[in-house]
Amino acid sequence: MDYVLAALVGVFVSLGVYLLLSRSVIRMLIGMTVLGNGVNLLIFTSGRVMREVAPIVPAGLEVPAGPIANPLPQALILTAIVIGFSMFSFLLVLAFRAYKSLDADNTDTMRLAEPENAPQPPLSY
Amino acid sequence: MTELPQAMIETATSAADWVLVLPIVLALMGAAALLVVRRSNGVPMLGAVLVIVGIIACEISLLLRVVSEGPLSMTMGKWLPPFGISLTADLLGAAFALAAAVVTLIVVLYAEIDRDGNDSGDGFHSMVLLLLAGVTGSFLTGDLFNLYVWFEVMLIASFGLIVSGGTPLQLDGAVKYGFLNFLATTLFLLALGLTYGLLGTLNMADIIRVAPEANRAAITGIAALLLLAFGMKAAAFPLNAWLPASYHTPSAAVSALFAGLLTKVGAYALLRSQVALLPDSRDLLEPVLAVLAIATLVIAPLGAIAETQLRRAIGFFVIGGIGAILAGLSMPNVIGIAGAGIYIFHAILAMTALYMVVGLVEVRTGARDTRQMGGLYAASAPLSILFFVLILAVAGVPPFLGFWPKLLLLEAGVMDAELGWVGTAMVVALVLNAILTLIAGTRLWAHIFWRNGPEGSPGSSEPMALVPPTPKVRMAFTVVGALVLGVVLLGLWPNPMIEVGQRAAADIIDPGRYIEAVGLAGGAS
Amino acid sequence: MNTVIFRTAAPLIVATMLVFSVYVCLRGHNEPGGGFIGGLIAAASIAVFGMASGVPAVRRALKVDPLAIAGFGVLLAGFAGLASLFIHAPFMTSIWMYLHLGETVVPLSTPMFFDIGVYCVVFGTLSAVALALESDEEEDL
Repeated sequence: MDYVLAALVGVFVSLGVYLLLSRSVIRMLIGMTVLGNGVNLLIFTSGRVMREVAPIVPAGLEVPAGPIANPLPQALILTAIVIGFSMFSFLLVLAFRAYKSLDADNTDTMRLAEPENAPQPPLSY
Repeated sequence: MTELPQAMIETATSAADWVLVLPIVLALMGAAALLVVRRSNGVPMLGAVLVIVGIIACEISLLLRVVSEGPLSMTMGKWLPPFGISLTADLLGAAFALAAAVVTLIVVLYAEIDRDGNDSGDGFHSMVLLLLAGVTGSFLTGDLFNLYVWFEVMLIASFGLIVSGGTPLQLDGAVKYGFLNFLATTLFLLALGLTYGLLGTLNMADIIRVAPEANRAAITGIAALLLLAFGMKAAAFPLNAWLPASYHTPSAAVSALFAGLLTKVGAYALLRSQVALLPDSRDLLEPVLAVLAIATLVIAPLGAIAETQLRRAIGFFVIGGIGAILAGLSMPNVIGIAGAGIYIFHAILAMTALYMVVGLVEVRTGARDTRQMGGLYAASAPLSILFFVLILAVAGVPPFLGFWPKLLLLEAGVMDAELGWVGTAMVVALVLNAILTLIAGTRLWAHIFWRNGPEGSPGSSEPMALVPPTPKVRMAFTVVGALVLGVVLLGLWPNPMIEVGQRAAADIIDPGRYIEAVGLAGGAS
Repeated sequence: MNTVIFRTAAPLIVATMLVFSVYVCLRGHNEPGGGFIGGLIAAASIAVFGMASGVPAVRRALKVDPLAIAGFGVLLAGFAGLASLFIHAPFMTSIWMYLHLGETVVPLSTPMFFDIGVYCVVFGTLSAVALALESDEEEDL
């Protein structure tokens, strides 16, 4: 099972990197999401995959009754998902605003901050 | 009931230890409180100043305590480390956190020149405090995943700040800033997942303890990923493209805050991860670090020489400073690390001040490009002095603050014979960087202040018509002047700083005291 | 979205979802649930309300600015963590108190207040986002 998941992480990450290499902002966004999901899957796998029950202590006991799954990767992934989601939504709104005001979905045409025909540096001094 | 291994701290925690938590909590809760009152005129600014003064008070007492008693640690929720999240302050973290809070206070006061005193509820002060919370948290945390969370807090606050105003120029810069920084933190998370899978822990002190027993190749892979991620955050040479593309787009106050804090957190994380956490990876990564350092040191000031847009040129100085820090990392003896640490401290103060002075120049001339500036010396000599002093400090001319860390770095390169070619090459690169930075800086100064008028104007013409200073501009000038005065004074009396820097570096290289402070020295895991 | 069926059913859905969100939030200490998921449900209900009766109506009904609710949530969570200062324990240590009301015992704890804080943060920020996206004019967050 671990090997399948590891291969899947590889597929996710390479797909994400491929999409990030695109010039279209929307594709880059999708690439970020795919990459983020690959990373979450990696954390999940590195916490060792087991066929165990959820780490919840039953009522009346101090410790779980039997073996439980490792709760830490779950907490880490939950945090990472929430953060990744908020970043994604921010970048989505940003891309939309940039599309509306710059009329560009292509990073090649977004040259306002770095003008294409920058002036030559002055020769004085 | 079965016998449980101990998982909770049984001893009482002294209330004095709370100086470690309070700076972060104050900043976060301050940001929240200012969000609630963000539409009341004048309240956000006043509230932000009060909160930051409180944070500075806490951090001064934290620093004094760390100086006298060694690293201080607190593990949240009474859990024993490494189960709970540890906050750990050593000399390095505490000193940087203090510097960050001080420049944030100056920036909040300075930012009034861009604001019309009519708080429309854009939440500027709230986001500044959130940024400070992220930066302080990054400096004071003792847990790798917690560091990731603080990185993201910082990132979301900086997103808010960089687009506030919403001009097309800002949106353009923000797209590049946003994507590349989000990618960097995602790579950091990737490295985190691998670390957890390999070592089973994310507590920094625990990583230092268990990493030497782990697979060397895997550790080197993780360290390389961390180098990539933090190098991107710090804008080290091949990954620096986002910085000159975005730092000049927001208002000068926001630029100043970013230049002083964001890349420095990346550099601090590099220092922590490459030197303190995973020193076993150095055999393979040391030459890489050295090449990156040399390339950053030499190429960045060339960018500044070729640039006419003033704030973009200054952005290349920021990158050059990162090169000096990387130079210290590639010479991992006490003097080299001390040089890198003191350079970060210097850069937090000096780069912020430089951007703020540039903001004042832009306000007075009404231009952003040096070709449209000239003759400012006749109108405002004090401003030209501030600019010149900061250029000298950034280039590392004695007796200003930037000279001392560079001197330490040179000493590290010359003294340590074990370094071989790295030491020699680093000395050459550092001197070359200082000369090129000086050329670029003085040329900017000559263009803005010294020549008679903007480019193309006849030599004998009148000085260019300047925007007269408003009371707000005068106040901004005063606060920047105070910060520059601090930079000058620290440069004239550098002894305490150098001593603290060397002790901090000694703690980084031999982390025994750090592990002991967290409470993991016993060996029971 | 302006069908009569939807507009009539919306208040009912919104009310049910809000009550359910509080239930999910409070059961979170020992069972699946918690402040985050509760806040999501509540924010979803606000989004539904906004679709049915328009953004101005929602803002009127909320009375408070959603982002102010989020700020209040952070403050509440922060104070819940700070409470452990008074029992000489590290930040965020939980403190429990049992209220005996006749037959039943109501456990109160600082994690519960922390969770309510999280509920407010998630509810506030996501409602603000949802309302900004639903309203027609350009609105900054």
